[in-house]
Amino acid sequence: MGIAKNDIVLEIKNLNFYYGELQALININLEIKRNTITSIIGPSGCGKSTMLRCINRMNELIDDTRTEGEIFYDGRNIFDSDVDPVKLRRKIGMVFQQPNPFPKNIFDNVAYGPKMYGTRNRQKLREIVEISLKKAALWDEVKDRLLDKSLSLSGGQQQRLCIARTLAVEPDIILMDEPASSLDPIATMRIEQLLREVTDDYTIIIVTNNMQQASRISEYTAFINAKERRSGFLVEYGRTQDLFIKPQMKQTEDYISGRFG
Amino acid sequence: MSNNLTKRGFEFISENAIKTFFLLCAIVSVVTTIGIVLVLLIETTNFFREVSLKEFFLGFRWNPTIKPTSFGVWPLLSGTLYFTFITALIALPVGLLSAVYLSEYSGRKIRSIIKPALEILAGIPTVVYGYFALVYITPLLRNLLPGIKTFNILSASIVVAIMIIPTVASISEDAIRAVPQSFRLAGLSLGITKFQVTASIILPASLSGILSSFILGLSRAIGETMAVTIAGGNLARLVNPLKPAEALLEPMQTMTAAMVEIGLSDITGNSTAYKSLFAVGFTLFLMTLTLNMVSQFIKNRYREKYK
Ligand SMILES: Nc1ncnc2c1ncn2[C@@H]1O[C@H](COP(=O)(O)OP(=O)(O)O)[C@@H](O)[C@H]1O
Ligand SMILES: [Mg+2]
Repeated sequence: MGIAKNDIVLEIKNLNFYYGELQALININLEIKRNTITSIIGPSGCGKSTMLRCINRMNELIDDTRTEGEIFYDGRNIFDSDVDPVKLRRKIGMVFQQPNPFPKNIFDNVAYGPKMYGTRNRQKLREIVEISLKKAALWDEVKDRLLDKSLSLSGGQQQRLCIARTLAVEPDIILMDEPASSLDPIATMRIEQLLREVTDDYTIIIVTNNMQQASRISEYTAFINAKERRSGFLVEYGRTQDLFIKPQMKQTEDYISGRFG
Repeated sequence: MSNNLTKRGFEFISENAIKTFFLLCAIVSVVTTIGIVLVLLIETTNFFREVSLKEFFLGFRWNPTIKPTSFGVWPLLSGTLYFTFITALIALPVGLLSAVYLSEYSGRKIRSIIKPALEILAGIPTVVYGYFALVYITPLLRNLLPGIKTFNILSASIVVAIMIIPTVASISEDAIRAVPQSFRLAGLSLGITKFQVTASIILPASLSGILSSFILGLSRAIGETMAVTIAGGNLARLVNPLKPAEALLEPMQTMTAAMVEIGLSDITGNSTAYKSLFAVGFTLFLMTLTLNMVSQFIKNRYREKYK
């Protein structure tokens, strides 16, 4: 794929994942380049969310699941027995499909992570909150109402608040699971814009069902397909423009042309 | 397909008839409640024609039957409050921790065993709990605290705590589990431990339900009669606030126990002692009413609205 080895932040190797009897992921191999945006596309139910949850080990919270294979983060297999999933998640953050701010005020939502990590200094917290909200392109809209309830914000604002909350703990990688799927076009645009602006500092892996979005924001794209709509395997992975303009695989071409309509 | 528009059988009973039936049921319970409160009020007023408010509410001696009589409610009130306090000290933390365990830590299997068990525990008649305390708990306690009396506050508190823990745990657990899963996932995805997420997000979000369960548990402790009488005795004693530990080992008489005693004695309907039963009952009613109102207030004030 022509990515220099030291540019790889995440290397997924022979990853299989099972929900009980159901194998949701079949032998996934993927290398994610540092400080880029990578899109994951594929039909619903093909295992995109499952794959993201493997990367921050959130799948382990679901009963009766099994993981095989390796995921190297900066050269370290995250499934090694001495890796603490709690610490891993500080490095690999996640933004969910539905905005899920805490039932606290705006300030406390963003300051939550740093506070829990032990930052007590009010001034320091204020700085973190301001920087994170600015990065999430929400600062101007909420700077005068930081003590309002988070649920008083609109859906798009709530999602940007969740992004700010994740940015506040300074992760390396941010996993985003269709973060704009519940938002209107304007809110979606704002989020795309802010994603483009933060890639200097973060690696972003974003699941999206929107081809245009994938082609607008991401440098790399992975297409996952599914056997019988349940067991996902990687079909094609490469530079976004290559994948969309001259896909190597027939499956990819069919999916893309169907999707672009 | 033929359209069948004809009414048959039960369909002849109209919606209105059903509505009226349920309305009548509702009216019966409302009228009964109002009736009880009225009787309480009237008899209490009659009592205060014979005994001054000052003697009742500021008196430190409760002796309604043997002359010279005295109607100071404080021995009963202090016994009830102290007993309730000790019960709460045991039952509320244990109940809450059980709820947290059940909803956040136990697997589905363990919960499916413990939850019904709790409900069964809540269904055991209180008299059984009373004798359980008298026959098992008090002798056990005597090994640790040789000075403990056969009837004592500690034993009563322990057994009533056991009685109300299922209520507290069950209602708290419902409240904790009602907190959307998405908050837990959000917290965990930030690299926060499960314990921290529970303490800092989940419990605050379910605070109103937890407090309601506490208050319901407390109301039950205050109103509990059978178990406290069997385990705690029936001797009106003022709790000395300066020696709380000693009071634990001594018998008491709660307000409910005092009412039963008067009711069962051969005192006639016209005596002051008989009327004092209603005054004590009315005081008890005010206490539980206050608790219920606090509970309602908490519900309205702290209820989080998710989406
Ligand atoms: N918690 C779960 N338990 C059991 N099966 C699940 C669970 N989550 C997802 N699945 C199954 O795994 C497959 C992949 O799901 P998912 O990763 O959500 O797909 P996608 O995000 O691509 O739509 C689907 O067949 C889905 O039904
Ligand atoms: Mg999904």
